[in-house]
Amino acid sequence: MRSLDLWGAIALIVLGSSSGDVLLSAAMKRIGDLDQLRLGSGLPGVIGRVFSEKRFLLALCCFSLGFFSLLTALSWGDASLVAPASASMTFVASAVMAKIFLKEDVDHRRWVAAVLVCVGVALLR
Amino acid sequence: MNYKKYLVLLAVMCFGSTGDALLKRGMNDFGPVDLHHPLHVVAALGNPWVLAGITVLTAFFASYLTALSWADLSYVLPATALGYVGVTLLGRYFLHENVSPMRWLGVLLISCGVGWVTRGPALTVSPSPDTRVHGGEEQHEVA
Repeated sequence: MRSLDLWGAIALIVLGSSSGDVLLSAAMKRIGDLDQLRLGSGLPGVIGRVFSEKRFLLALCCFSLGFFSLLTALSWGDASLVAPASASMTFVASAVMAKIFLKEDVDHRRWVAAVLVCVGVALLR
Repeated sequence: MNYKKYLVLLAVMCFGSTGDALLKRGMNDFGPVDLHHPLHVVAALGNPWVLAGITVLTAFFASYLTALSWADLSYVLPATALGYVGVTLLGRYFLHENVSPMRWLGVLLISCGVGWVTRGPALTVSPSPDTRVHGGEEQHEVA
């Protein structure tokens, strides 16, 4: 399998996972602390509240794209390459998207971390 | 942060790396996916290793949801980064993959990066009225 195909599959994992992460984070911030919700409504109430959140359902669609891309990538390359590479690049992409879409404070500390992660990913190749 | 929340982060780490390793074990049995028949990958769901991987990743997802309900996305992701090391160890010792010194160095740099970022604030409190965050005593006002 060509390296380009493998890295294309990894890019799809990153796209699906980071979009899903951002949508999921937005959904969970709207829902609030699950432990507190469980104390008030019980487990069925928690499940009902989570599955009634549109952002959560959209996140599941994005994660599905990432999951099937992951299966494909794992059939082509080593887990010790595919899993850390996709997960770490998802971290960087999610940090950028969290700043843009979730208005999280991504300060210089987080950007330095992003550079370290990118160098680490380059070494994984 | 109380011990329950640390346990949730630990669960995210352990379930994530174990699930990835189980999926890889199943996909080793299944064989390479043909680009001309991409839907063929759905048949992999019948493999017991893949099913075990999905079960473990479901547990990962539940613990991940819980963590995201009380912390920032940009806190949860790095806080669970030791899973990268975990999956490399599983790849080396469970799947018997060759992990070169450069890959170990890459994992080390990634771990340094995420270790560095976790020393910062954990939560951004949004002034938006439709954003409700319950983080307890670990909430931080971020400039």
